[in-house]
Amino acid sequence: MINLEIPKKFKTLVGQANQVATEILRPNSRKYDRAEHTYPKELDMLAALIDGMNAGSDLGGAGASGVRRSSNGDTGNRNGSNMSTVLSVIEMCWGDVGLTLSMPRQGLGNSAIASVADDSQLERYAGKWAAMAITEPEAGSDSAAIRTTAELDGDSYVLNGEKIYVTAGERADLVVVWATLDRSQGRAAIKSFVVERSNPGLILDRLEHKLGIRASDTAAFRLENCRVPKQDLLGSPEIDTKKSFAGAMQTFDNTRPLVAGMAVGLARACLERTQDLLGGAGVDVDYDRPLHSQSAVAAELIELESDWEAAHLLTLQAAWMADNSKPNSLQASYAKAKAGRSCVDIALRCVALCGTVGYGEDELLEKWSRDAKILDIFEGTQQIQLLIIARQLLGKTSAELK
Amino acid sequence: MNAAERGMSLGLRALNRVAGLELLDRIGMRNRAEALLYSATKNGFRAAEGAGRTFNGPGPKLSAPARQARGERAAAFDLSPTDEQQMMREAIGDFAQAKLRPAALAANDACAAPIELLRQANELGVAMLGVPGELDGAFEERSAVTSVLVAEQLARGDMSLALAILAPAAVGTAIGLWGDADQQSTYLAPFAGDDPPAAALAMIEPRPLFDPLELETKATASGDGYVLSGAKSLVPRAADSELFVVAAELDGRGPALFIVEAEEKGIVFEAEPAMGLRAAGTGRLQFDGVKLGPGALLADAEPAAYRECVRLARLGWCALAVGTSQAALDYLIPYVNERIAFGEPISNRQAVAFDVANVAIELEGMRLATYRAASRADQGLDYSREVALARRLATTKAMQIGSDAVQLLGGHGYITEHPVERWYRDLRAAGLMEGALLV
Repeated sequence: MINLEIPKKFKTLVGQANQVATEILRPNSRKYDRAEHTYPKELDMLAALIDGMNAGSDLGGAGASGVRRSSNGDTGNRNGSNMSTVLSVIEMCWGDVGLTLSMPRQGLGNSAIASVADDSQLERYAGKWAAMAITEPEAGSDSAAIRTTAELDGDSYVLNGEKIYVTAGERADLVVVWATLDRSQGRAAIKSFVVERSNPGLILDRLEHKLGIRASDTAAFRLENCRVPKQDLLGSPEIDTKKSFAGAMQTFDNTRPLVAGMAVGLARACLERTQDLLGGAGVDVDYDRPLHSQSAVAAELIELESDWEAAHLLTLQAAWMADNSKPNSLQASYAKAKAGRSCVDIALRCVALCGTVGYGEDELLEKWSRDAKILDIFEGTQQIQLLIIARQLLGKTSAELK
Repeated sequence: MNAAERGMSLGLRALNRVAGLELLDRIGMRNRAEALLYSATKNGFRAAEGAGRTFNGPGPKLSAPARQARGERAAAFDLSPTDEQQMMREAIGDFAQAKLRPAALAANDACAAPIELLRQANELGVAMLGVPGELDGAFEERSAVTSVLVAEQLARGDMSLALAILAPAAVGTAIGLWGDADQQSTYLAPFAGDDPPAAALAMIEPRPLFDPLELETKATASGDGYVLSGAKSLVPRAADSELFVVAAELDGRGPALFIVEAEEKGIVFEAEPAMGLRAAGTGRLQFDGVKLGPGALLADAEPAAYRECVRLARLGWCALAVGTSQAALDYLIPYVNERIAFGEPISNRQAVAFDVANVAIELEGMRLATYRAASRADQGLDYSREVALARRLATTKAMQIGSDAVQLLGGHGYITEHPVERWYRDLRAAGLMEGALLV
């Protein structure tokens, strides 16, 4: 039966996440926006709380590892951990995106591990905070072009190269590093390796200064003869030109709805605050009246809200498909593309609607506008999402549609 | 037979019908509606003499109004339709592709839907979607979602033929939802019969800045009945409708709905052809002091009922926008893949491919927003916000999809040999129309 409301069984979880966002994230938003690179110590306690929420729940949890796909043979409709995770990310990012990204043990690396690790690896990395290192100075969206190499030497791989834009790279326990076993074999040779942050071959170069999400550290690393035990390679060590890269990319099918959820949460924060401020200024929205019978501001609010609604539902759809073992690569990109661009548009226009109040630092609207932009960039830019979607719809290879 | 079994037998009837379809009926004979419309175009206003049906029963006697059961609250997020809905969707979808699409261009030119096509659609049970079981309706449960799925599939074939087919269902649903026992006994049974009446829900009025909550069509109490005056615009199947539900301002009580038989004195119509929706035979109705009996008023002018009517109509237009936008996407993909320019398919260029991707993204968002609003309506949740948002998407995104479809076909998009110019015209209607449909 078609129903697009938040599942009843996740109402408590959503309520808890919203409380955390209201009581802990929001009050610290401005503080860590100003104090870039300062560790938000308030989050340690919070992370323990979230671990507790996950452990105490048979609903699949709220954390980044909730993206692991499992099949229990049940063919009925499922609302599982992909859904609960995305719902909790929406609430947390309604609170603060940067702080959510800094949540211990909730890194995108954790999602990657949850997506592709085998059972013994899962056990070994349990309780660890994992960051994700893909981008290089010369390879951003074109992840097949990465130059970091991994060479098998006895029982370990030796990694050499450079990684940038590693979210939570300074603070995490583990860094999932993408490297190639053989540059001549292209994308099939790209593998991901779980590297201990304490590994002496993993050298922190610097932390970036950013437009937004300043509460989240963004690290640059050098890998110099970085030795990684063989068993810390995620997935198969074989170079299979048919499957390997697709395997690595599969992580993204699971994490894109999460990033879309971040955008949905942030955009809702902007809309709600703007509705409040404008409500106080006498703007009245009547959903039954035609837009032309209302003020231009009310009409604009409805327009922004309609894009938000589409982004929100596309995000839930992608998560629901993952929970029900339906291939969702296309829908995950729909969600990421729509949510990414809508959240930037909504945030910037909300600032304009509120004038200098929106633009000034007394309100969080200006900060949310700065935070928003990254959500249309990382985990696949807008343009990359359009490429993925277009290739799938049109049946194109990456050679045909560049 | 219970609802599921009835639905099943209907669905099987539909599948059987579709399986036996011959490819393309030549439209040899103009139906009566066309003849009326044509003479109306020539002669200007003329009396709307309806199609001669008298609604004096004998319907089944009801001691209380019959209502379809309301759906229950759903616990889980779910995008899968029920088996019954899926069957309906497939049957209607096949019908739309096999019959509506091939007939669309000629119907557009004729400003009328072929009568045989309307008859076939009735066999699929479309007119009785909102008719309660006591009155021989097929669907025990009230479901805006089912109606949305049906409308979407029909519009994937052709939007204006979909409107022609669904116009009577709007009247049936209105009386099913808000009619009292007498109104239902008098009017409703034929909608579940073999020959449901042509009928239309007339709400929108011919002026800029129309607001359905501020009507210029007036109903005044007179004796124990009412007198109706005013004009209604773009009424589907205006010429051949036998029955109307008309929105009018009632003596300071606010906007309300009235059942008006086409044979009443003082109703005149003229053809009102527009940019699109042409196959629906749109017309303008004028009411000059039309006398209505005491039983004409629906829902005792309850404001909540009228607002619900406005919302469910908008949702119907959203569903049509979704279906026609899907048709556009389906048509675009092979076209841009096959069209060669500069030595390769134009879809190898990002400028083209990204437009296709954006059509798909916005279409999917619009579809989910429409489903959500319909599902909330079925569950008895407030859905005014969700309808407004879905409508806003249908207004801007569907129009953009129509425009992009023509643009991507270039000159081919501009000529009637390809259907996209028609979709361009039809999709513009989705965000501006009020009334005419009910889901």
